[in-house]
Amino acid sequence: MAYPAELKYTKEHEWIKIEGNTGTIGITDHAQNSLGDIVFVELPKVGSDITAGKSFGTVESVKAVSDLYAPMSGKIAEVNPELANAPEKVNTEPHSAWMVKVTLTNPAESSALLSAADYEKFVAEEQ
Amino acid sequence: MGAKMVDFNGWDMPVEYPASGERKTGGLVAEHLAVRKSVGIFDVSHMGDIRLAGPEALAAVQHMTMNDASKLQIGQAQYSALLYPQGTFVDDVIVHRMGENDYLLVINAGTREKDVNWVREAAKGYNCTVEDLSDNYTQIAIQGPNGWKTLQKLTDVDLTQVKFYWFTHGTVCGLPNTLIARTGYTAEDGFEIYVPSDEATSERVWNEVMKAGKEFDVVPCGLGARNTLRLEGALSLYGHEISDSITVWEAGLTRFLKMDKGDFTGRETLAKQQQEGIKRTLVGLENVDRGIPRDGYKVVDLGGKEIGYVTSGSPAPFLKRNISLAYVPVELSAVDTEVAVEIRGQNVKCKVVPIPFYKRPKKS
Repeated sequence: MAYPAELKYTKEHEWIKIEGNTGTIGITDHAQNSLGDIVFVELPKVGSDITAGKSFGTVESVKAVSDLYAPMSGKIAEVNPELANAPEKVNTEPHSAWMVKVTLTNPAESSALLSAADYEKFVAEEQ
Repeated sequence: MGAKMVDFNGWDMPVEYPASGERKTGGLVAEHLAVRKSVGIFDVSHMGDIRLAGPEALAAVQHMTMNDASKLQIGQAQYSALLYPQGTFVDDVIVHRMGENDYLLVINAGTREKDVNWVREAAKGYNCTVEDLSDNYTQIAIQGPNGWKTLQKLTDVDLTQVKFYWFTHGTVCGLPNTLIARTGYTAEDGFEIYVPSDEATSERVWNEVMKAGKEFDVVPCGLGARNTLRLEGALSLYGHEISDSITVWEAGLTRFLKMDKGDFTGRETLAKQQQEGIKRTLVGLENVDRGIPRDGYKVVDLGGKEIGYVTSGSPAPFLKRNISLAYVPVELSAVDTEVAVEIRGQNVKCKVVPIPFYKRPKKS
């Protein structure tokens, strides 16, 4: 699966789509593939703050639990309601099955993120 | 195969296999369900094999294991365990009676060296030889309700005549005198075959089983599915439900413990423990509230006091519930007792349920 160029990526395998001051966050195809069958996504409540580089939730597959790290800081504006009952969407459509939408508080943080090409390279090197 | 590999006690083992070719869904859950509903195959070559043979082989086996091997007929196998004098586990094993004075112990990978040394030491003074045959065999498990039909296409043995926990020898994929056992670690019907371990032979047999099972949508299965399948069946895993600090009484494996068979290593302590009673016991837990207990998580009472720990926990792909095995105080072990598992700082309510969580349907 190709990594969409309009998304930015982290070395912890999250992606973020930045539109104005809103960031939409999910996990990458590489992440879902490493985790396997995803059964549970635990996300923060709307209104809570998340900090770049810090854990803001967890994603669990049958065999493992993994922290979700915030690509950028902000306030949770929306949580994807679909994932409560259909967490497997993260496996089938990782780059569109978003987890949270965040009102970004420090847009400058985006400079630390990876482009699709850099992320792809990073994943290839990690394997 | 492109499987996701993991280092498992020095073995490169597949955790799960991806979708490939006509198989549209790969991964642990698909593998697990294939075994429950049809057939899956596992490369379990990491399992070790120790042979004891000679006039006093039975006496040696009786001395070092907890089940009663004298009850075994030739061609029969039993679940058993090697015990420390403390009544705790060196390892759990399957004892196969191969011949009049000939026994094969199938042991775990992670404990192989320890087991072989232990068996050699324990067999001293008995007139029998001890051979580590682990490197001679590739063990392939063909598990699920259509496992026998898959294997039947590759052998001249009438598999319907082989009962559960019995075995025979026959030609498999042209290999004469192959050990074919109706055993497994999936809580499902199935067979395990032991073929020569050279790579060309192992690969050929694997591919032939895959081909034979194609009409049943056979799926290659990794360690991940092996773990969830055995967990649904509440089958013990060394280092989790059983270990060198857990006794047979605590682990609830007493139906395989034959205190009246004569003396054996661990018996004296176990007799004492039987008098004294146990403080903790293994139970099955099912989540009442949302969350997934994992290996090592704390179990607390409803007041929040730590009372035990989870030995194995996972979502159960067939049962579709979050299940776990845990050690808890005996007084909190009754079915329907509510306890909680601490999951990332939250106490998540669970209740004690009967084990095994899953029992395969009786043959009609």
